[in-house]
Amino acid sequence: MRTDLLTEPVDGLTELLAVVDAFDRTLVNGLLRPQPAQAAALADLADALAAGPLAAGVAGAAEKAATGAAGEEHLMLLAAARGALLGAAHDALAAVVTAATGRTAGTHPAAAPAPAAPLNVLAAARSWLCDLARAGWQGIDHELVAGAAPVVSAMLPDPALRRLAVLLDGFAAELAASCPGAALERVPVRRWADLWARALLLTQPGALAEPPAVPVTGRLLPLGVDLQEHATAAQAQVHAVFEPADGGPSRLVRASVAVPKPDTVVGAGVWQLLRPQCALLAAAGEGRAMELTGMALTAAGDLHWQDELAVAGEPADPFATARVALAAAHAAVTPPLERHPARLAEPVFLVGYAVRPEDAVGPGAGADQEVGMHPENGVRFELAGHQLFVDTDRIPAAGPLTPAAVAASTACIGLLRWDAGRFVLQPLAVETTVKKKTVAVHAGGWAGGTADKLGVKAEKAATEAVAVLRERAGRLLRK
Amino acid sequence: MLSEVSSDEQRWGESSTARVLAPARVRKLAKVPFVELADGRLQGVVSSGSDIERVYVSSVAAGDHAFACSTNNNRPCGGARGSFCNHILALVGEAVLQYGGARVARYLKVDAGEGEPTAAQLSSAMRAARPSAVPGKELAAAVFSRFLRHLAYLELAPSTAPLPELHWFPPTRVAVA
Ligand SMILES: [Zn+2]
Repeated sequence: MRTDLLTEPVDGLTELLAVVDAFDRTLVNGLLRPQPAQAAALADLADALAAGPLAAGVAGAAEKAATGAAGEEHLMLLAAARGALLGAAHDALAAVVTAATGRTAGTHPAAAPAPAAPLNVLAAARSWLCDLARAGWQGIDHELVAGAAPVVSAMLPDPALRRLAVLLDGFAAELAASCPGAALERVPVRRWADLWARALLLTQPGALAEPPAVPVTGRLLPLGVDLQEHATAAQAQVHAVFEPADGGPSRLVRASVAVPKPDTVVGAGVWQLLRPQCALLAAAGEGRAMELTGMALTAAGDLHWQDELAVAGEPADPFATARVALAAAHAAVTPPLERHPARLAEPVFLVGYAVRPEDAVGPGAGADQEVGMHPENGVRFELAGHQLFVDTDRIPAAGPLTPAAVAASTACIGLLRWDAGRFVLQPLAVETTVKKKTVAVHAGGWAGGTADKLGVKAEKAATEAVAVLRERAGRLLRK
Repeated sequence: MLSEVSSDEQRWGESSTARVLAPARVRKLAKVPFVELADGRLQGVVSSGSDIERVYVSSVAAGDHAFACSTNNNRPCGGARGSFCNHILALVGEAVLQYGGARVARYLKVDAGEGEPTAAQLSSAMRAARPSAVPGKELAAAVFSRFLRHLAYLELAPSTAPLPELHWFPPTRVAVA
């Protein structure tokens, strides 16, 4: 991989993100009584879109918002404008990733029609989000934030609305813990604007459309498991190389399984909820390929997993897959509405790097700082004089991979991401040396179950927690 | 590299995946199946030691630490007349296990000094302010319905359709302060 390309400035990105940042700061005070600085930021957002198809609408919306008179349709346009800028940022960064990995990029498909969604609950969500924008993060209180709960409860059981429900639920939990907003010491400005804008766009009819899928048959070689979670939902995505039986080019694909959960189900308990839905988690944990027959695959690289269309195959070491099959696999394409830098998660394989402490600056810096190493705060991999930050904090706690193992590693399968102004590597698995032997350690090593002593203990505690909740639910829920 | 000039704080503000909440810590749920910091209160549900069908709904408000405790059938708790009953003490104990003492202290606005206060320190600091008991009837109904909503999450089916928005929610190994 050409890590040098990852540290070079990307043309126009700084200017573009400055416009986004200024808009995001308008949401700190809220849009009820905008100050001159907020009006200027809104005008800059409109200017940045002046050459695009949204130009006239956004200019009008920015003017309305600058006088504190933005209606839902205006806020929707501002969110779309912000989304267009971050979509452009995504494309520029994705081009860097493609150049660095030397991978063949796929092509954009048209979206399939969206499933019919009940409009009233979408309208309720939109109305809550618009109230938030007017109040601003510093204006939130318990009453305002509590408005999300009935919307989320109404949406969660409907599979067509699960995406929006899970987003609103995680967002509202953060806001609730941050009330009252007037007392906030610091605000996650980019993050909350992201979540707000994303949710608002998803309330538009048609926004929940999925890319079209075609049935595929062939061999699936797992690379690693990416776990994502907030207090009341979790998702595991298995990244893999798919080799079609018809001899076509191999492709990078993902299989996902997600579940809403009570906040007290954590760690191994999350794997227990996900495991029964997806035999691939166990296959990935055991280092096995799977043979798929007629399983739906979207152009975005998402398999719609169905256990009945897959059987366990031969042993397949993910590091062998990474060394032999990863480079030639064609990349997946992000669907148009999902383009955002936070959505980049490109599987990569790194080897031959030196590990440096997180606070090392410049090539070679920190080479003698073994003593100052705090792998739990992250480390850096240095390749050919260029450094890549490795986010060890996002390794799930319920698994055998640890920050220390990453710091002692010699090869790494990871996801290349971009956040807060830099490319970041999320480790999925490493090779490290134990007693002069090379061993592989996987972040998702416990996904399918484990015989590890610590893992067994965590599994038992999680089983007990869920049993207690089920007993309580059985006794009390029917009333 | 540009990132070298940003402070950690600035980077946090510019991060799409900035960690805001720490995950709940593992705890045993038998005695106190539900604890939350919500609506300006520490509130939750405590299983009765003697009757398997009965639970107590207990709460302590942030700021004035006004407290309430009653059963799910709206019987007031005999122990919570003048001061915190055992249910409230158990609730504080489990909240400290789940969220850490510092987060509970900050939410309830308890001045318990620096660092991570223990449950005992928190309870005695709150009791020293002589908080008053408030009628628990309406409160209990609201908290109990939130508990049922919480339990209902176990009834929701998993799905293999991708949820792209969860890219914004990475796990964290660190307890967010
Ligand atoms: Zn009581």
